[in-house]
Formats: sequence, structure tokens, C-alpha cells
Amino acid sequence: MGLDEITDGGLPLGRPTLVAGSAGAGKTMLAVEFIVRGATRFGEPGVFMMFEENAEELAANVRSLGFDLDKLVAQKKIVLDHVHIERSEIEETGEYDLEGLFIRLGHAIDSIKAKRVVLDTLEALFSGLPNHAILRAELRRLFRWLKNRGMTAIITGEAGEKTITRYGLEEYVADCVIALDHRVNEQISTRRLRVVKYRGSAHGTNEYPFLIGERGLSVLPITSLRLDHKASPQRVSLGVPALDEMLGGKGVYRGSSVLVSGSSGTGKTTIGAAFINAACRRGERCLLFAYEESPAQIIRNMRSVGIDLGRWLDKGLLEIHSSRPTLQGLEQHLVMMHDAVASFHPSVVVVDPISNLTLEENESQIKPTLMRLIDFLKQEQITTLFASLTHGDSKNLEVSQVGVSSLTDTWLLLRNVEFDGERNRTLYVLKARGIGHSNQVREFLLSRNGVDLVDVYRGAKGVLIGSARVAQLASEGKAKKR
Amino acid sequence: MSAKKKSRKRDEPTIQLRLYVAGQTTKSLGAFVNLKRICETHLAGRYRIEVIDLLKNPQLAAGDQILAVPTLVRRLPEPIKKIIGDLSNEERVLVGLDVVPVKAS
Repeated sequence: MGLDEITDGGLPLGRPTLVAGSAGAGKTMLAVEFIVRGATRFGEPGVFMMFEENAEELAANVRSLGFDLDKLVAQKKIVLDHVHIERSEIEETGEYDLEGLFIRLGHAIDSIKAKRVVLDTLEALFSGLPNHAILRAELRRLFRWLKNRGMTAIITGEAGEKTITRYGLEEYVADCVIALDHRVNEQISTRRLRVVKYRGSAHGTNEYPFLIGERGLSVLPITSLRLDHKASPQRVSLGVPALDEMLGGKGVYRGSSVLVSGSSGTGKTTIGAAFINAACRRGERCLLFAYEESPAQIIRNMRSVGIDLGRWLDKGLLEIHSSRPTLQGLEQHLVMMHDAVASFHPSVVVVDPISNLTLEENESQIKPTLMRLIDFLKQEQITTLFASLTHGDSKNLEVSQVGVSSLTDTWLLLRNVEFDGERNRTLYVLKARGIGHSNQVREFLLSRNGVDLVDVYRGAKGVLIGSARVAQLASEGKAKKR
Repeated sequence: MSAKKKSRKRDEPTIQLRLYVAGQTTKSLGAFVNLKRICETHLAGRYRIEVIDLLKNPQLAAGDQILAVPTLVRRLPEPIKKIIGDLSNEERVLVGLDVVPVKAS
């Protein structure tokens, strides 16, 4: 769920938690997931008491997330109870209490020996029962009662303007409060989650983006709280022998991250493809996130440089996820990547290009989210290659890296050099943590046979590349023969 | 209205009432006493009261959507009406039950 990491181990056991959020923020989803996971994974039956939707509506709504509530009800793992209050048919006279609710809840709990309870939006009571003084006293009693029975409970509440919830429910549920939020920025919506308060737990206090996807709710980031990933001494080839040669002859460390940056047309995608090709040849699984080209387009284009990715796709070693970056917010992309990684278990991930993801948003937002992704991939010991598009002139190449350069372990810089009426590609290793690497600029060649690097000519006439280098070498060769 | 005039007659359908309580608390006893008195005064011979103790039959709480205790439910005639509280305010009980009071003689 991801929430467990943020709260340092999950929700407080045997205590109520308040989940507050505006309409559509995902409160009910969080609550349903809590009940369903409890029933299916942890053997803790749960009671879901709803005040707004009825049982059929709820079951239909969460079916799209793969939760089959009806089955769980039939197995006596959960109880769904719809509490319906019709203001128009209720008249109040004199003193009363909510013992009926207690009895009902108690009966539901006893019938399946429940350990978890959800009260999805208790606030409906406030509109149904006019006497708030009684209601508040009874709610206080209800939470105490839940605690005494040792129920781990989620109580949802509508977000208020000044208080966390509209009717100040946080006053009663003092142990753990989680706020959900749904906001639209630059036409892209992002759901966010924040643990406002959690007694007795070292929780993350940031706002974390989360997504309601096919597998329910996932919260990012998963591991940004710590920096303790393992460091593998194993090395993996980047798929270009001459490039491995530049990196001490063995390529990069397994589980490290590689940044390949350059302006357009410098061959970033090709390096990524070569890397995938080499990994698949070793029998490793690869995941490619493409934000510029469709899978078919990539396969066709890479075939032109002698890299056949289609066969790896057929063998199931490669999975390509293509989408437009504008499809979702950055965080949602990252959650989606996370989901894809978790289900495919690749040992290599290529993101092409990472800079596209960051186009719309400002840098301060990007860095933490990318950091979370990189941390997650490192934790999983996945070797990652990020392609990054740089804009503008060569002076800016080293700064305009959206802050990712400091997060990655190896940085390859590709440059176009215009010289003598032709444009040639060059490559150099800007940094490689823990790897002795070449400091030389190499010429980067793309041909029908794939990618290759050639030493630039360094001689009396200076550094030569492209046809000038070929001509110079040819003339020197002739000179030697004579 | 004509319906109200008819309500004095013998062939009027009986009013079915259900009083939900939780144990023998002051509130539940009070509600029962109040209800009995109101019915005897205004609905003599035309009512039936069923008292349900939720402590003994907790499964019945869901059926009539009972939250508050005591709750008086008018099952018949339709539509269902609910009155929560100890029924101490006679006027409001009568309004809630849609019953025209018999003028105190």
C-alpha cells in the first residue's frame, strides 16, 4: 500500500484513525482497501459501516479495483452495513442516545469476530440528527467504545474549511489523522496524502502523492525515508563494448543509475536500446518507459541501427510502456512506473526521456519525486538508465539537468559537434561513481551494425572527428606505407 | 379533512407501532410509559405496540435502520415514520405519528 512505510508500519493497532478529505479524494477507497486487505491478507475480518452509499453501490464501485466484496461477505470475512438516515421521517422528542448504533455495530463485529471497523462518513449523522449535543457526546463514547473493544478503525470525514473535518471529528479521534487531498495543477490532477498526526509513531510528515489504480491505492514514495540500499559489486555491460571500456572495461554497477543526456538527435534512445539489448541477451528482464515514441516505432527505428528489440518483446523479456507525459501528473507517472516495476520485476529499467516528464512542472517539485523513483529502483537493485534531453547551447549542458544529475551514479554526456561542414556525435563520461573511467571524448558512431565508439584523432593538427579524422588517418596510413 | 373525521370510527385500520429500546433504562421505560399514555388518550383501541429490546435481538436493529434509542417506528399505515427520544413531548409525538389529538374533555 505504501502507506505502511510512511506511517512506519501501518495504522495504529486497536485504535481509531481519522481519514479526512474533500469529496472525491479517495477516502472510501482507502477505507475499503483497509478492510479488504485485512480480510484477505491478514486474516482480520472487518465491518464496513457506510452512511452514504448502500452495500450494492459500494460493491459495484470497488469492483473496478479488483475487490470482490460480495464474495468476502459470503465467506463471512466482512460485513457491510448500510446505515440510512432519512431526516424527513425522523422526529425528535426528548432524550435519546445512539445505543442502537452501538448494538448494531457490536452485533456486526461479534458475528464475524471482526478486528477492523470502518465508519464511512460518520458526518452523515450530523445532518440526520438535529441534536448535535447528544450526537457529540455519543461519538465520544463511540470512539472510546471502539478503543475498548480493541478495534483498528478508520473513520472518514469530510474536509472542513478551518478544521480538518467539517464537524471537528478530529477532536474525538486523537491518535492518528490522515488528510487526503485532490488538487489540479496545470490541468493535471494529483491526489495527495499527508499524515497529519500519529501518536507514538515516527511518521513521514510530507505530502505524498498517491494514485487509485488497478491494484487499489498506492502511495509514493516508498522508500525515501531512508538511504540504506545495498551496493552491489557486480558490473553490467551497457551494451556498447567501447563504452564499457571507458568505464573501466566492465560497464556500470548493477543497481546503479545512469543518466544519458544530450540535445536532440545525439543518440540517447539508441544507447538505451543497446543497453536493453545487452540485458535481454543475458536473459534479464527489461522495462522501457517511452514518452516520445510508440513501441512499434521504437522497434522499427532501432532495427535501422541493427538492434532488434522485437524478439525480446516476443520472448517476454522486454516490456514497453509508451504514453504521452501529459497523460498524467508526474507523480502519477511515477506511481504507474512503480506499479509496472512491481509486477514485471525487471532487472533493467530505461526511461526515455526523463526530461519530458518534467516539462510542465517546476524543478522544485520534480527533484523529490525523481529521487523517490531512483531510490525505489535502487532498493530493488534495478539498473536504471535515464535519457534526458537538454536544451540550448553547450554551455548549459551541465546545469540544465533538472537536478537529477546529482542523484545518478553515472552520467554520460552526448554532444553534437559541428565541424568542417558536418555534424558529428561525441560522447564522454562526466562522472561515474566508484568506477575508474576514461576522461576522453570519444566519437560516437551509429551504423547499420549498431553503436560504436571511436577514439578521436589527437595529433599535431589538434582533435579531429568525423571525416576529418578519417581523412587524417588515411593520409597518415599512406604516409606510413611509403 | 375527511380522513381525520373517519379516524374516530371503529373500522379505521390499526396503527402498528414498534418501540425499540436497549435494556430497561430510564429512557426506555419513560418512553414506554409516555407512549402508552399518548396512545390510550388519542388512539384508544386502534393501536398495537410491539416493544423490541435490541440487547436481546441485536439483529433487528438493521431492519428498521435504528441508530438512536429509544426509537418509535410507525410501521403502518405507510409511510414509515420514526420518532426518536423518550417521547416526553406529546405534541411532537402526535405530529410525528400523524395523529389528530383528541381534545381533552
